[in-house]
Amino acid sequence: MKNIKIFTLIFALYNFGCSNLLAEENLSNKIYKNLRCLVCQGQSIADSNSDFAQTIKSVVNDKLKEGMNEEEIYNFLAEKYGDWILYNPPLKNESYLLWTLPYVFFILGAVFLFFLLKKTLKHKRY
Amino acid sequence: MKKTTLGITVVVVSFIILVFYYGLNTEKIYDTEDLVGKPIPKIDLKLLNESKNFNTEELSKNNFTLINFFASWCGPCRKEHKHLINLSKNKNIKIFGINLKDEKSQANKFLNKLGNPYYLIASDHDGKKAVHFGVFGIPETILIDNDLNIIKKYIGPIDDLDVKKILKLVGK
Repeated sequence: MKNIKIFTLIFALYNFGCSNLLAEENLSNKIYKNLRCLVCQGQSIADSNSDFAQTIKSVVNDKLKEGMNEEEIYNFLAEKYGDWILYNPPLKNESYLLWTLPYVFFILGAVFLFFLLKKTLKHKRY
Repeated sequence: MKKTTLGITVVVVSFIILVFYYGLNTEKIYDTEDLVGKPIPKIDLKLLNESKNFNTEELSKNNFTLINFFASWCGPCRKEHKHLINLSKNKNIKIFGINLKDEKSQANKFLNKLGNPYYLIASDHDGKKAVHFGVFGIPETILIDNDLNIIKKYIGPIDDLDVKKILKLVGK
């Protein structure tokens, strides 16, 4: 019975360790995917095997081990390489249009369609 | 309604043309202009030929420092080396070398052959320290003042024109 308890404890601890490692790996992969490889053509850090990408991966892992969270790592790298390194740039004065234009166009399109449909239906009635 | 449709079409087409014009005329090559005016990181670096560390904060003792990232395996570094030798003759500027992802013996061989323009050389064996300086390839050169603020950053090998500009910036 004692052996079973010890085995269960070891098994639980092993699984806990594995799940932590897996979570950490998932987080680092997520971060790599959100970073642009500056020396590659349209590749993320996750996709690239370039020297630069390898170094950034290594730095990201170090920062995670130091206790930095995802946001802090993005801020650190954006401070060094500019927002260009981020695939999801933050909302700033310079990127304001980039973020709002799709919504503006969506609303304008909806208004245009509304009036077009209204006019069509009006004509059909007569 | 026809006038409205025409108006909207003109606005949309003009906007598309504007976006293409702006998009096609914008420089897509990454630069580090954003770093100008910002301070360099205060970090410890291992010296290449001494078994001690050097903190970049100590660079504030120099009027101007040119931080040059180089390696013996880097072709363009050889090309710019003669310009660094020329700049090293200027007393108002000190050149601090950071040897990147290189072997100590190879780096020393490189310097013995081409000359040593550096007053101090640090080693960044795995290239992780270079990330703190926003370096993504070598050679890269950063001109800083005694407040450790970046005055100019050069991506790629420096040439005659850059040397003239650097000398002008440091006031000869």
